[in-house]
Amino acid sequence: MSDKIDRSWLLESATFSRPVIREIQRAAREGIYDIRGFGAKRKLPTFDDLLLLGASMSRYPLEGYREKCDTRVTLGTRFAARPLEIATPVTIAGMSFGALSAQAKEGLARGATEVGTSTTTGDGGMTPEEREHSKLLVYQYLPSRYGMNPDDLRKADAVEIVVGQGAKPGGGGMLLGQKISDRVAEMRDLPKGIDQRSACRHPDWTGPDDLEIKIQELREITDWQVPIYIKVGATRTFFDVQLAVKAGADVVVVDGMQGGTAATQDVFIEHVGIPTLPAVRIAVDALKDLGMHREVQLIVSGGIRSGADVAKALALGADAVSIGTAALIAMGDNSPEFEKDYNELGSSAGYYDDYQDGQDPTGISTQDPGLGARLDPAMAGRRVANYLRVLTLELQTLARAAGKTNVRNLEPEDLVALTVEASAMARVPLAGTDWIPGFEQKR
Amino acid sequence: MEFDLAETGVRELNRFLHDTASSGSRVEVGNPSGRHNIAVGAMHGCTVRINGHVGYYCAGMNRNADIVVRGNAGPGLAENMMSGTVRVQGNASQYCGATAHGGLLVVEGDASARCGISLKGLDIVVGGSIGHMSAFMAQTGRLVVCGDAAESLGDSIYEARIYVRGKAAGLGTDCIEKPMEGEHFEELGELLDRAGMSHPMREFRRYGSARRLYNFDVDNASAY
Repeated sequence: MSDKIDRSWLLESATFSRPVIREIQRAAREGIYDIRGFGAKRKLPTFDDLLLLGASMSRYPLEGYREKCDTRVTLGTRFAARPLEIATPVTIAGMSFGALSAQAKEGLARGATEVGTSTTTGDGGMTPEEREHSKLLVYQYLPSRYGMNPDDLRKADAVEIVVGQGAKPGGGGMLLGQKISDRVAEMRDLPKGIDQRSACRHPDWTGPDDLEIKIQELREITDWQVPIYIKVGATRTFFDVQLAVKAGADVVVVDGMQGGTAATQDVFIEHVGIPTLPAVRIAVDALKDLGMHREVQLIVSGGIRSGADVAKALALGADAVSIGTAALIAMGDNSPEFEKDYNELGSSAGYYDDYQDGQDPTGISTQDPGLGARLDPAMAGRRVANYLRVLTLELQTLARAAGKTNVRNLEPEDLVALTVEASAMARVPLAGTDWIPGFEQKR
Repeated sequence: MEFDLAETGVRELNRFLHDTASSGSRVEVGNPSGRHNIAVGAMHGCTVRINGHVGYYCAGMNRNADIVVRGNAGPGLAENMMSGTVRVQGNASQYCGATAHGGLLVVEGDASARCGISLKGLDIVVGGSIGHMSAFMAQTGRLVVCGDAAESLGDSIYEARIYVRGKAAGLGTDCIEKPMEGEHFEELGELLDRAGMSHPMREFRRYGSARRLYNFDVDNASAY
């Protein structure tokens, strides 16, 4: 646009904004929908719309750095002989080798292990490096069953049956051909260079009654030793959680629509599912309705960034959270250090979301050996560990301020909402009122 | 070793197959009565004979064992099997051999829908006919059908090979008939031999991937 034009009178359409115009014209040129990584970018109600109530006259706080505030959580206490004991209620979510480089997977494993929490495999199976560097490794059981085998199943510390994920509940996946290296192809029993479709449904069960039998099969194969998780994308969360419990899950993982992905249609990422904020409250309602809250543990994921997010999720009733995108960012994803490389790809630090195309300059979401070599797994692991420690310290800071000796003692009563929407979704009162929209409080 | 499942339940049997059985162990299983998850996760080269009908996922994730079901099998027979042999003397329900990586699965009767779905290397020989959507997204491995195949055979198939002696009611997306050449007759003959079946090989037709949909192309959108 010429500098001679007076821009002050130009009015941009809210309906046809510049990004919308650009996308329409891109679609018209290319004839294909936009596939990208990252999570939902639209503005959504989040944990930022809630505030914690610190202690004052009616509650007394705990001394920071002195008085104990326990962060340990045990996951999988319902049926498993060996539940998972994690030192902090923040776990690393499932992300595949294939979507991520071996270096990135190793970095995540190292970081999680350093702070005593678990990491998770992904579509594509378990790599030896990941197993070696993970003290606690959750093995995902996905519809594609890429790389699935009983030996790795028995090496796992828990099994997570993936029914869906927040970025695309109801959708499968696609690892595009450019990311299919020899090693990825071999692990997935497919030729190199072709698009690898990950199915949206499991091939050998079709509903919760079948799933109950499937869970028994996995328990039999693993001799009832390890917990079985069920992961769902947040949609009809109340019913999904109840059916997961009915099917026999030890742990239910609910992934809100802010949850990340390596390659999904933009229209799917932005328009399917519900945000993490209401999902956690609904999931807790579902568990309480069955009398199973705390009996079956709840892990919540999707857009968790800070200790404040963790504290608020726990206050609403979650037992732990999972992080994915934030862990990648901790390792260097979208760092300004790579601005020049991002510019060459037509993007910029802070905006990069093309995890699907394998050209990630940070070496994280790529299978290119040269790019992968840019990421030092030891350094990446250190960064993940540091970040996890900060989340834990922030969580403890907030929990102590609310007078809690255990972070899981945080409760909805410790929260208020800043917006009417968040109040209705989280079912905590609007700050300064005793009003929860759509909910008549019993006094 | 004998297990009467009416007395012991499947846990004791499976524990034995995991912890105690060894190559050469012989296990007889009585009163399966349609129970689920019988002989799952076997990992030694033992022989298991199951005298009756079995429920879901019998022989799931089998590695090395030689398992025979003297009856019919419920859904998910030998799912994700890695190696060894599984034989069903009756019929098999849905998704038999789903996602399985290796070994040989023989169904002497018919197999229902989605036989060999997402196959990853297992060889399947079915004496009778198979249901719809069989070999859906089958990646590698071989499926031999001595009877007929129902609709949508080999939909979205990758590199797996299908041989059908009877009629295929319809082929799925990107699945085409391919010519039978020397190596295919040899392969088919070897699979029929291993399954203990005999049919004139010239009566079989071969199906596989047209490989048109291996990389997404918007011009193929109408195929999806």
